[in-house]
Order: sequence, then structure tokens, then C-alpha cells
Amino acid sequence: MKPLEDILIIDLSQFLSAPSATLRLADLGARVIKVERPETGDICRQLYVSNVILNGESSVFRAINRNKESFQADLKNEIDKQRVLKLVEKADVLIHNFRPGVIERLGFDYDTIKKINPSIVYGDISGYGSEGPWKSKPGQDLLVQSLSGLTWLNGIDGSGPTPVGLAVVDILSGAHLVQGILAALLKKAKTGEGSKVSVSMLESILDFQFESITTFYHDGGAPTVRPKSNSAHAYLGAPYGVYKTQNGYLALAMGAIPFLGELLGCNELTNYPEPASWFTERDAIKKALADHLATDTTEKWLSILEPADIWCANIMDWDTLFAQDGFKVLDMIQKVTMGDGFEYETTRCPIKIDGEYLTSTLGSPILGEHTNSIVKELIES
Amino acid sequence: MRPLEGVLVLEFAQFMAGPSAGLKLADLGARVIKIERPGSGEAGRGIALKNLFLDGSSLVFHTANRNKDSYAANLKDPEDLERVKKLIAQADVMTHNFRPGVMDKIGLDYNTVQEINPKMVYATVTGYGTEGPWAKKPGQDLLVQSMSGFANLSGDRDEDPVPVGAALSDIITGTHLAHGILASLLKREKTNKGSLVEVSLLESTLDFQFEVITTYLNDGNQKPVRAKQGNAHAYLGAPYGVYKTKDGYISLAMGSLLTLGEVLKCDALAVYTDSDSWFTKRDEIMDILRSFLIEKTTDEWLAILEPAGIWCSDVYDYKKLLDHEAYKVLQMDQRLQLLSGEEVHTTRCPIRVNDERLFASKPAPRVGQHTEDIIKEFNL
Repeated sequence: MKPLEDILIIDLSQFLSAPSATLRLADLGARVIKVERPETGDICRQLYVSNVILNGESSVFRAINRNKESFQADLKNEIDKQRVLKLVEKADVLIHNFRPGVIERLGFDYDTIKKINPSIVYGDISGYGSEGPWKSKPGQDLLVQSLSGLTWLNGIDGSGPTPVGLAVVDILSGAHLVQGILAALLKKAKTGEGSKVSVSMLESILDFQFESITTFYHDGGAPTVRPKSNSAHAYLGAPYGVYKTQNGYLALAMGAIPFLGELLGCNELTNYPEPASWFTERDAIKKALADHLATDTTEKWLSILEPADIWCANIMDWDTLFAQDGFKVLDMIQKVTMGDGFEYETTRCPIKIDGEYLTSTLGSPILGEHTNSIVKELIES
Repeated sequence: MRPLEGVLVLEFAQFMAGPSAGLKLADLGARVIKIERPGSGEAGRGIALKNLFLDGSSLVFHTANRNKDSYAANLKDPEDLERVKKLIAQADVMTHNFRPGVMDKIGLDYNTVQEINPKMVYATVTGYGTEGPWAKKPGQDLLVQSMSGFANLSGDRDEDPVPVGAALSDIITGTHLAHGILASLLKREKTNKGSLVEVSLLESTLDFQFEVITTYLNDGNQKPVRAKQGNAHAYLGAPYGVYKTKDGYISLAMGSLLTLGEVLKCDALAVYTDSDSWFTKRDEIMDILRSFLIEKTTDEWLAILEPAGIWCSDVYDYKKLLDHEAYKVLQMDQRLQLLSGEEVHTTRCPIRVNDERLFASKPAPRVGQHTEDIIKEFNL
């Protein structure tokens, strides 16, 4: 039995932030009904990356929305709206990510929904919260990354702002929404009371930077300075970074600099006995290390560092990683099948419970694929 | 009432992944007791950013462990272990990130704990799972970013691999750990039985890349190619990226390149009528945009683009953001008083419940600060 079996979720959201939350909840066993507008559906269906089309729609949509049902409804049409409200009456959770103000106009705001279903857990994701000068700004991943200070943590000093090359804000705000919803469901199971859980993308990505923002509060508001080379963290000293070798790259996390110098035969490093200097002198130390590590292969260095318990790793791409036994043993890839028989491969839920992976063979739905069956099962019954 | 009030969590976990999950549970109302070795406490107390320490522990430790209690116990000492077992009998959740096998030796592995407390949700973090050749390899954030393919996604095309300069793998893994724990607590309401929840840094960091890995699995395994300059996503076409302006930077997200060209009055963009070319000719298009956007200031461009509904933004550093009204209105920060009299100024939980912000009631503890009280309270 999956942990969230019998939980019914009505999902009015689109794109990635909240849909990534309902994917997790679906994998944990909940039934997720995705309410989509006629014709276009979730805009993410057309959001192509690398121009890759899978069975007529975006690969990204296929990844985010597997294991869900699609119910087509125009929330501005009274008949459709009443149908969705019927679903909401029976639901444990309602989720949306409309901009502040829109949900009230549609008549799906918490105060209205609470009257229909007092024990519902109501989850929403906004871009920047519901107050202040940015409340109506588009909550889009790159824009929130750009405003949050995050782009100055990555890359090297002198390079421009460097965003994370993935929708990190969407995914974290989705993850926080899941945490809040599950906590609220637990309270509901104990007390029968519903709750509203709200997450914003900006607060979520600030929380992600809690270490460096707390540091900023305590270092007198000093500007974030990235290393001049071999960067992996603006606030950590040498050797923390990525180093080019004769045939690839090596990541080095922690380690006492003089000890590293002895191990690797890099004499210059013995000039830094004082741990505080590993931060203050990190550019010089990294330069010396980089020059030295460039003289031999990744395998050679790993064969010296790993037996000495130095935290290090080969930098891999997916081709390399997927060929490793350490990856294969995880069974991380699953095959899913759509209603029309189309099959595709994707990753599975990363959580293991009672020794079992949480997998599902259900692919993403075709727009409105389940409208009729849901009407019969949950609305007309 | 916070949603997790009444839930008791024992945190044997150290460093960042496990403790970041414990922090969320604490902020959501659970009582989290760190079980720490006497004296030095958990290893994360010694790991600092910029050499910053408060009251003997790193500022990072104070950041990740606010709102928790500390109980000091030497798990290799039979008396201490007996007391911890009594505490386990009364707890709902326990977390640890010891390498596979360590808890078996101590005698607090899942099977043993289940005998003590069949309702326990027992949650573990490993680097790479419990089987296979990497089971005993150190699971550390940068190493997992590096091994998972993730370091190839950020930064510009000719740059070396660019890891994210924050504990991305740890934090993502921590969110998954909290998901598994909370889902299992919910299941327990029905079954009255505990569960074993397992997450690993590698699996979590792969899940984080699920969209692009799914694309890779279905496009004939093409390697991701970062944009030449201003890269913000290896898989997205122009204009997605960051551009230099006369006085700073501007980010442009996805949208019609043709509309963008019209709004900017950048005629050179008008030839890209086929939207496929926005990806296939990304570098060429970004070059055009780059040479065009350098001509005006960020504010000048925003004044043109924002009213037209183009997804764009300024690029802020911490100072600019934290001084901004939009940050202040969030009340995202909080100040917590340490026993030493020093103050920790940090962020709060990002989740709001019933429109209320969740602030912490106390700072991170000293090692063993609550041992005596806990012995009495739980009759150990």
C-alpha cells in the first residue's frame, strides 16, 4: 500500500512549480485529477525544450504530469465550474498557482472553497507572495532566480551572473508545498480540520540560500565574491571546486591543504598550514592545485585521494553515469505508458519506503482523457 | 496550532541533508531533539562558511538547527544507549545519515528499533543507496552534483563544469526525506504501523533533473549543450538567458522572439519566423540580443518590456534584494538569541499556514543543552 492511497487531489495548476508537487503526491499514492482548460490545456504541453516532441507534446510536460488524470473544464463556464466544484467537495486537497487575484475572480479562493469543503487542505504557489510591490509580477523561474541573489553564487569571479541551468525555484517551491500539504493532511487526519498552505517562489529560493543569506547578515553585508577559478562555492575555501585534469575534471570537496599537498606531491600547498588561510588565500591555493592537477589523469588522482579518504569525485555526464554499476543498481529509470499506448522512459520517485521504490506505469494524460469517466464516477454518482 | 504539533522527532543526522529536513519538521510544529555525541556534538558544528562561528558552533550549524533541542549521548556507552532506546520508544520519527552498517553495529538499525517501537517512522539519508559499488563512498554535496551530470547544465558553453554554489543536493534530498516521513506518518494514522523511509543524495539529485533527463532519454541521448554566453538553461531556446546592459544585467525568460523583437524595435530578430530556430540558432540570436541590449540601462529596458508583458527582470545581489521593499514585506528574516548573548540573524520557514508565517521559537541548541530536562520529562 502506498502511503497516500485514498487521498484525492484536484489540481488546477500549470507549468512546473505546483505540478511538480502533485507529481510527488501522485507517486506517494494520491489520486491526482488535473483540471485543464479546453483546447490548450496546461500551457506546459507546448513548452518545448530542445525542440523535443514526445507523442505530440513537450517532453517536459510528459515528465511532470505522468501518473495523473486529466479533466477538461473551462472554469469561466458555469456548467464546467459546477462540475469542478463537485469534485472539490469530495477532494482532500485543492492546489492552484494562479496569480494573486485571479483565483478570487474564478470563485475558487480559500474562503469560498472552505464553505463547500471545510476540511480541505488548500495549497497555493505564488511568485512573490500576495502583498508588496512584486505581487503581480510574473512568477517565472529565471526571473525569480535573478532577483533572489542566487545567480551570484555560481561560476567564477568576473563571469556574469550565472543562473542554475534548471528550474530550481519551481522545484523547491513545489517541494515546500508538498511538505506543507502533507503536514496539513496529518493535522486533518488527527483533528478533522482543514488548512490553507501557501508557498511563494521567492521565499522558497531564499530559504534555499539560508546559509549564504545568514552569512550575509553576519559578515557586515559584504558582497558575494566568487573564487577567481575552480569555483564551486562563493563562501567556502580551497580546495572546494572543480579542477581540470589531463583527461577530464575532478571535484574536490574538503581536505586539509598541507595534507593534500603531501598526498598529491604539490609542494606549494605546504605553505598554507593555517586553516583560516584556506579561505582567505583560496585563489592562490586553487591556482597551485589546478596547475598541478592538470598534469595527470582524473583516474590517477582518484587512485591517490580516495584511499586517503579525501572527498573527491570524477565529473560525469549522463552517458558516463548511466553506464556505472553504482547507477544501475538504483533502477532509477522507469518506463511509462500513455492511454494511447505510447511508451516513454523517465525517472522514478527518489523516495524508497519499506524497501520498495514508488513506481507507476501511468504516462501523462491526453488533454481531457479522463473527463467522461470522472464525470460518471465522481460527479453523477 | 501548527500542523505537526505533538510529533516527536529524534535527529541522529548530521551535516545538512538530514538536519534540513528536521528543520522543516520543527518549523511545521514538530519537536525535534538532536541526539549528539557529548563534547563536540554533530560534525556540522565544525563546518563553517567564511570562518564564521557563534557560541562555539558554525553559523551554518545555527542556520540549519534552529528550533531544535539537543540531547547528548554516547551511543557506544551501554547506559547512554539504554536511555536513548527509552526515548526511541516514545518518539514518532528518527532520522540518521550514517553510512550503511553503522547503525547495525550500534544496535539501532530499523529492525531493532521496530521491536522497541513498531510505530516508528525510521528515515535515512545515504549518498548513493545501500547497495552497489558506491554504497560506502562518501556522500557529499559537491561530489554528488559532479557525479549526477548536474554540473554540466549551468554556466556558459566553454566554461568548465559549473556546480551550484549552495548545498543543492543536500537541500533537495532533505525535502524528499521530509516528504517520505510525512507521508509515512499519514499512513500510520490508518495502519498504526511505522515505516522505513530511504533517500539518497544521488537519487534525489537525479530526480531534481527529471525534466531534462526525460528529454535526454527520449531524444537519442543527446548531450546537453549550454548556450555560448549568458546561459540559463541548456535545453531552452533564445531569448532565455542573461544579458549585459549599459549599467548591469537583464534576464529574459521564454516567450515569442518575434514579439520581443517588435517590442524592443530590434529588427534583426524579425527573420526568425520559424520558432524551431529559436533553439537551433540560439547562439546567433543571443549574440544579436546581446549587442542590442548593451545600448540602454536595465531600467530603460524594463520600462519598455514589462508593460508589454515580456517576462524579464533585473539581476540583484543580496544587498539590492534585501534593501528592496518587496523583500522587506515578506518578513523573511528572524533574530534568535543565543545563551551566550549573541544573536543569530537568519531566514524563516518559507511555508505559510493559514496565512501565518512560521517563525522559530528558539535558536540552535548547545551540545546537550536539554539532556537533563529530557531525562526527566521522558523518564529515561
